[in-house]
Amino acid sequence: MKYMMFVCSDTEPETDESRVPDIEVWVADNDASGRRVTGSVLAPPTAATTVRVRGGEVLLTDGPFTETKEVIVGFDILECADLDEALAVAAAHPMAYNGRIELRPFAAEI
Amino acid sequence: MQEVAEAARDSYTRIVATLIRVTGDWTLAEDCAQDALTAALERWPRDGVPANPGGWLTTVARNRAVDVLRRAAVEESKLREVAMLWEPAPPDDRLRLIFTCCHPALSLEARVALTLRTVAGVPTAGIARAFLVSEATMTRRLTRAKSKIAAARIPYRVPAGEALAERLPGVLAVLYLLFTRGYDADGEPAFADEAIRLARLLAALMPAEPEVSGLLALCLLQHSRRAARRDEAGELVPLERQDRARWDHAAIEEAVEILARTPVEGAYAIQAHIAACHAGERTDWVRAARWYDELARVQPTPVVELNRAVAHGYAYGPEVGLGMLAKVEGAPEGYVLAVEGDLRARAGEEGRAAELFMRAAAAVPDGPERRALLKRAQPPASP
Repeated sequence: MKYMMFVCSDTEPETDESRVPDIEVWVADNDASGRRVTGSVLAPPTAATTVRVRGGEVLLTDGPFTETKEVIVGFDILECADLDEALAVAAAHPMAYNGRIELRPFAAEI
Repeated sequence: MQEVAEAARDSYTRIVATLIRVTGDWTLAEDCAQDALTAALERWPRDGVPANPGGWLTTVARNRAVDVLRRAAVEESKLREVAMLWEPAPPDDRLRLIFTCCHPALSLEARVALTLRTVAGVPTAGIARAFLVSEATMTRRLTRAKSKIAAARIPYRVPAGEALAERLPGVLAVLYLLFTRGYDADGEPAFADEAIRLARLLAALMPAEPEVSGLLALCLLQHSRRAARRDEAGELVPLERQDRARWDHAAIEEAVEILARTPVEGAYAIQAHIAACHAGERTDWVRAARWYDELARVQPTPVVELNRAVAHGYAYGPEVGLGMLAKVEGAPEGYVLAVEGDLRARAGEEGRAAELFMRAAAAVPDGPERRALLKRAQPPASP
């Protein structure tokens, strides 16, 4: 089962830095176990461009599709047996402490 | 007939739990179990109750499931698996069902509704009524929860090891919420009996978990006072003025017996011990105060601190209680004022107490609680 992990910032991060795990260790662990298919840090939303096509015309907007205080700063694609496994992987990511993580399952194949 | 109904409900949960494990289809499982119950209601009054009602229901539900799956052209191996279910010994999947319904990735409302619908077999309309939403809304809530379980692949299993210790409190919280919330028109918890039934089931399935037994004892003790909680006019009767003859003494006895053999490991067992202090001829306030000290240690919330001040006030005198009350921070204003009023009244400061009860009444929402406070604000009728 594949899960998309949206890694987001948060306005109220963990205050105790000593609790936050190391990202290098997280990547190494999950690459080794095969649970992390791919992933990357993203450039800030100021570098984003939103694209729509309406009535045959391409409409471009400078910035992300929604303006919020919390922004997507990266993503990972996980391959896990079930949600419990994916939850454990997400909860071990440093951005679960310093930000927040949304886990979204891939839709069932049609 | 009561026993037959109990056996039928017991079978319902078992059938649903096992069909979900094998087919992964929650709606199919519920429909087949429901069909079997409906068939029983039709045939048993006419043909008599079968010697093994549970086995009868299981066979009907299993045959129905095989029919439905065959029509849906499910592969032969799955059909065989369903047909072979319960042969020779029926597996018990109820614990998996409970843990999946109470999975923390579902919203709390969804957990409560799904547990009532799927584990307890309460009709959707009944759940909707108690939670003050339309049946359509409740149906949507249940459908959304089941879709999430499938789409996000929430596992159908009882967590093991450390994960169990993490997840069990969430399951107990759902059961306790069932017990305390969802009041019917008379203000009685509509699902208190269901919650007790589920706690009993969980205690039987997890005998090594003291907090499960603690929760069962707590629910039994609170529920034992249901017949005495209100007067003829429907007004709340404070504990010390309740007619103790109307308490359910069998339930109290069962709870006390459970507590005697259950080690105290958490807040449910402690709260049950506190409730047991109130269950005798007279409240044992000294013992209650000691248990409140324990509770404040594991659950240091303002409301617990407030109740602790009350218990110490009754055990060691109003001045002691007032001293502790002065240190409570962040408790709801209405309750703080009511507690101070009660302590002042017992310290002989009637005028001050009446004024505090008036202010407390103004700070709580309109309802039986406010009426009870207003009553206490009245000076006692002169002889």
